[in-house]
Amino acid sequence: MACELWLDKLNAFVDGELSAEAQRELDVHLRTCTSCAAEIAGHAQLKSAVKRAASRRYVPSAEFRRRIESQVPPRKRGTRTRFAWTWAPALGLAAAILLAAVWLARRPAGTGAATIGELVDMHAAALASANPVDVISTDQHTVKPWFEGKLPFAVDLPDLTKTEFTLLGGRVTYLGQSAGAGLLFQFRKHRLSAFVFQDRSEWRSLGAGSAPERQASFWVETWSAAGLRYFVVGDTSGANVAQLSNLMKSAADAE
Amino acid sequence: MPLFDSLYNFACWLTRDRAEAEDLVQESYAKALAGFSSFETGTNFRAWMFRILRNTFLNSRSGLAATRTIVLADDEAAEAELAQVTEETPETILLEHANQHAVREAMECLPIPLREILLFADVEELSYREIAEALAIPIGTVMSKLARARKALRNQLQGKVMRT
Repeated sequence: MACELWLDKLNAFVDGELSAEAQRELDVHLRTCTSCAAEIAGHAQLKSAVKRAASRRYVPSAEFRRRIESQVPPRKRGTRTRFAWTWAPALGLAAAILLAAVWLARRPAGTGAATIGELVDMHAAALASANPVDVISTDQHTVKPWFEGKLPFAVDLPDLTKTEFTLLGGRVTYLGQSAGAGLLFQFRKHRLSAFVFQDRSEWRSLGAGSAPERQASFWVETWSAAGLRYFVVGDTSGANVAQLSNLMKSAADAE
Repeated sequence: MPLFDSLYNFACWLTRDRAEAEDLVQESYAKALAGFSSFETGTNFRAWMFRILRNTFLNSRSGLAATRTIVLADDEAAEAELAQVTEETPETILLEHANQHAVREAMECLPIPLREILLFADVEELSYREIAEALAIPIGTVMSKLARARKALRNQLQGKVMRT
């Protein structure tokens, strides 16, 4: 039987929901308490047995998939703006600057530019959120496997040990109805986001890679490599965003 | 199409009927598209979709029937009874004897409120916050419900292992 004190927390532990502090305390406790360790092993086993037994237990038929696909139209560009009205005044200004920037860049104001705007929104929303990530870890070897099975591709994370960047964690995000990785990094007092999605033809206008550009007071760098499209968003400086982008690039190359 | 496979799997687990699950998924997408403007920034898209599907199920004929027959099981006291530990066998031993089939059967025996929270936490791996959004309940309730669901599942498995 597990210790009284920890009994309530074992579920949260196997679900990865303990606060960092409680997690550390429990780690220390587990080194000396075999009954709690056994209990946790049991909990974890039950959790994975449920996953094995119940996930993809029922798979939709191809016919049904086609039926729904014809019912759900591809998301039109600009739908996102509807969400933004609650943020109206601040985002209104931001949107004006963004539009100006897009116009100045003489880019075709297509899905590429809309995507960047959307990602800047997602980064801003993450900064405002109390729980910006779903997997909290500074360890690339914890975060990378967390995405397994959640995304149709692997997310390569940089080794940050000799840099001033720290990984804060990750979450699954959605853009234009497909899942991608949202990663949050810390640089001194600032936080930067990196997003990885499967590349799309509509993003061709973004180019294969370029220097960071300023979008509504954020710096954004985007590039595509090996069928994936990467975005790095931050408010520190263009150089800083480029630095994180380079780390991400070398991580993908190293794998 | 976002979450299609997950939503379908979840719908089948709720309805236990493929045709009904298809209707449920189709109706949920239609509702999600129609109600896209009610989707608020900051809330979670997955949780929102599961919430639509679940509410659609609860309002469907079989959903209403299911909730009527499990009124008792939804009651906390009844759930607690279901989750009462009879004779403790460590999961390690338990799961060695219980194969995948037994785990599925045990899950099918659970009342829907307990089954769905296990699906959310273990299969979809939603965070407690996302589960709270999907079920429209506080996070504290998510935790206690999940603890009860796991105990109930363990008891079901225990019963099955002891019978075999």
